[in-house]
Amino acid sequence: MKQLTAATRARYFRRQLVDRVMGGLCIAAAGVGLILLALILWMLFSNGLAGLTLDTFTKPMSQPGSGGGLANAIIGSLLQVGVGAMIGAPLGMMVGVYLSEVGKESRFASIVRFVNDILLSAPSVLIGLFVYQIAVLPFGGFSGVAGSIALALIAMPIVARTTEDILRLVPQAYRDGAIALGSRENEVVRKVVLPAAFGGILTGILLAVARIAGETAPLLFTSLGNDIWSTDMTQPMASLPMAIVRYSNTPYPEWVSLAWTGAMLITVGVLVLNIASRFSYAAVAGKQGG
Amino acid sequence: MVAAMTTDTQQPAARTPRTTPMAAPTVTATNATAKPTRIRLEHINAFYGQKQALFDVNLDIPDNTVTAFIGASGCGKSTLLRCLNRMNDTIPSARVEGAIRMDGTDINSPEIDPVQVRTRIGMVFQKPNPFPMSIYDNIAYGPRTHKLYGSKADLDELVEKSLRRAALWDEVKDRLNKSGLGLSGGQQQRLVIARTLAVSPAVILMDEPCSALDPIATAHIEALIDQLREHTCIVIVTHSMAQAARVSQRTAFFHMGKLIESGPTDQIFTMPKLDQTQDYITGRFG
Ligand SMILES: Nc1ncnc2c1ncn2[C@@H]1O[C@H](COP(=O)(O)OP(=O)(O)OP(=O)(O)O)[C@@H](O)[C@H]1O
Ligand SMILES: [Mg+2]
Repeated sequence: MKQLTAATRARYFRRQLVDRVMGGLCIAAAGVGLILLALILWMLFSNGLAGLTLDTFTKPMSQPGSGGGLANAIIGSLLQVGVGAMIGAPLGMMVGVYLSEVGKESRFASIVRFVNDILLSAPSVLIGLFVYQIAVLPFGGFSGVAGSIALALIAMPIVARTTEDILRLVPQAYRDGAIALGSRENEVVRKVVLPAAFGGILTGILLAVARIAGETAPLLFTSLGNDIWSTDMTQPMASLPMAIVRYSNTPYPEWVSLAWTGAMLITVGVLVLNIASRFSYAAVAGKQGG
Repeated sequence: MVAAMTTDTQQPAARTPRTTPMAAPTVTATNATAKPTRIRLEHINAFYGQKQALFDVNLDIPDNTVTAFIGASGCGKSTLLRCLNRMNDTIPSARVEGAIRMDGTDINSPEIDPVQVRTRIGMVFQKPNPFPMSIYDNIAYGPRTHKLYGSKADLDELVEKSLRRAALWDEVKDRLNKSGLGLSGGQQQRLVIARTLAVSPAVILMDEPCSALDPIATAHIEALIDQLREHTCIVIVTHSMAQAARVSQRTAFFHMGKLIESGPTDQIFTMPKLDQTQDYITGRFG
């Protein structure tokens, strides 16, 4: 080290400088991201908690000054997201199983995979418009069902993709073992491959649910929203994202405050789903490994 | 080539006294009474796409006998083994011609359901592959799939019997509900053998079953194979000449997709008819 020539030393210092600058920039970028996230969350929670009362959960939306809550929007979101997931998740799983276990590299499977990828990245407003054409116009009005269908169409490609990815991680040795024991193809999938991949698929479903819970655009043309308490899925139905849109653009401080509260509830819900998906994966993986 | 090797001064001893048994492997089995043929292979040709992997293989595999397939990497041992339980059907490019007769029927014929074949002919793989489920469920998998039991008590009994036959019962009887993946490699391989035994196959195929195991676990498996021979016909692929000599009574030597020589193991190892076999066994092979 003592014998460094001038040129080598200059190069050494230049590299050290570049290293320090780049490292500093990375830390700064991460810091900006973290600060923004913290600001968003702080704004969300300080504004959201202000409007949070028991009434939020027990009373439906009502006129400003009459002390309404978000009960109808909460139940509407739960219903539409629940039904949407119940339609979208099984369909997505079936597509994923087909791609990984049956179609594999066949031509048809490649087409399905390609179309699924397009659906995955399609703007959600487009999906809303599509469902408006097939499930709102022909039936003469907005409905919770139409909202669920739109949400299902968003969840399905996500679940299909994660299912396929997870199934491909299942070792071929499991399949060979089951086939060598005289299992038919469907038994191999049902009894060995799917159980082995259960944790991962569940994680994918939870993440898809988290995604559709915050969707607004597809509900705009489908379930529209509803100011009164209603659990009839054939009628227009309230939802938290639509309630936020409706309340935040008003001059009434009470409504604006409730919009913040709604946004906070969605965020907390999504956070819980994300944490749950991590735990579900760890729990299932742990059970199989131990 | 062969002549050059004969005069190879580096290894003079191994070539000349053909009648002297090899030092390392002790040949256990004497094949005094030839057992009846369990499987007869007739003119087997196997292809992967355009590439031919097996050329006109004819071989009788006797019952209650361990038959070893030996030969260099890529010579088609696994391919032939997978012909026997129709595993090649799962490889889209694979095609197998010829007849594989078992109890008078050609199990290679397209009319025969491969699932039926696989319940009669079990398979143990190179890497232990227990399913990610409990030890009990691993063993019960086959009986459940084929509804081989009446009551829950029947199934319990079948699970215990299979684990005992695989010499694993004492080690796992207190942890039947624990995952099979928690066992050691050698235990996993015996678990997989027990899983195969639970459907009472007439034939068990083993593709290098000990190559992922340590010497002690290997000794366990070899002892087990010797016991299983009493009730089943066993075919084992191995790269270890010593193992072939220890566990098998018959040996088939393959080279580049062709069956070169087959016969009683002690004869193949002490006085092979062909120089090619001799060269492979004594380790003077490419
Ligand atoms: N799935 C496959 N697709 C195409 N070719 C294959 C496939 N499996 C095996 N082969 C080819 O067939 C030939 C025989 O392979 P095989 O696996 O039967 O050999 P092996 O004797 O078992 O070798 P090893 O001792 O290395 O296991 C090889 O040339 C191999 O490359
Ligand atoms: Mg092989």
